[in-house]
Amino acid sequence: MTTTLAGPALPVRRGRSRDLALYLLLGVFFGIVLTKSEAVSWFRIQEMFRFQSFHMYGILSSAVVVAGVAIALIKRYHMRTLRGEDVVIAPKTMGRGVRYWAGGSLFGIGWAFTGACPGPLFALVGSGLTVIVVPVFAALVGTYAYGWLRPRLPH
Amino acid sequence: MALLLRPWPWYVAGPLIGLFVPALLLLDNKQLGVSSNLRHLCAALAPRKVSFFRYEWKEAGLWNLVFLAGVVLGGFIGGNLLAAPAVAIATGTHADLAALGIHDFSGLAPRELFSWSSVLTLRGLVLLVAGGFCVGFGTAYAGGCTSGHGIAGLANLERPSMIAVLGFFAGGLLATFVLLPRIL
Repeated sequence: MTTTLAGPALPVRRGRSRDLALYLLLGVFFGIVLTKSEAVSWFRIQEMFRFQSFHMYGILSSAVVVAGVAIALIKRYHMRTLRGEDVVIAPKTMGRGVRYWAGGSLFGIGWAFTGACPGPLFALVGSGLTVIVVPVFAALVGTYAYGWLRPRLPH
Repeated sequence: MALLLRPWPWYVAGPLIGLFVPALLLLDNKQLGVSSNLRHLCAALAPRKVSFFRYEWKEAGLWNLVFLAGVVLGGFIGGNLLAAPAVAIATGTHADLAALGIHDFSGLAPRELFSWSSVLTLRGLVLLVAGGFCVGFGTAYAGGCTSGHGIAGLANLERPSMIAVLGFFAGGLLATFVLLPRIL
């Protein structure tokens, strides 16, 4: 048994605010990439769902390939995190799979309507399209509704 | 600088986005996933008696909420300081959307639909309110969005993510070809 996951409680971590500053910086960079690649654009999402341009498919597929190769290398060479822990990717449970196709399809409808998935929604608010706080708030209500209905939904 | 100002091509943006997956894993075993933040926000704001929201959100998601704050800031930088001209969409899409009554192609989203004055119209309610609701409900139900399932999940060759992504497109195609023409 390794103790990498359930070790004794870590001592109070120093540099926590430094960690958070790093995540803020990564988020800023993520937001810039989403905006500059126009992945936040309702027009680009329409183009994608109408199969009239390669742009979004290029972004998504090259992102998957780069991330996939990186994950394969991390596993192949048993790379560790900066804190020296094993890299662990918690597997998703399949269950009956209902949640994936049903939830996925519902999100797909929202993606086409708002022209944005969650990351782009927040980037759009930052870009100055203030009305997007409406779908952001509606998304919070939707998430809350799911949490409330969860015991009664098939998964 | 001119290169930064121009829209970034897919072969620059895609690989950059992909690199966030190993970067977050190697930093501290964090998994890329933006929609988790909707859950964290619900947990922070109104956990009440809903078990789905009763967990230590700061422990689980403070890093991600800070990342999300960065995304908003990045949107400001990308959409203002590095602002590009109108989105150069395919002529076919331009024609299809014009046929649906969209004429303002100047912003990141059509102003006719995405403005405060349209919120209380039927189109505005459907696109902004119902659309947003579907994004929140759907991603929470599916346990991920484009980043968590579409990029991180597919990259890790996870079957649930493959099913979820097929769902994304099933819903998106239904909305685009069946629902939107009836709403716009």
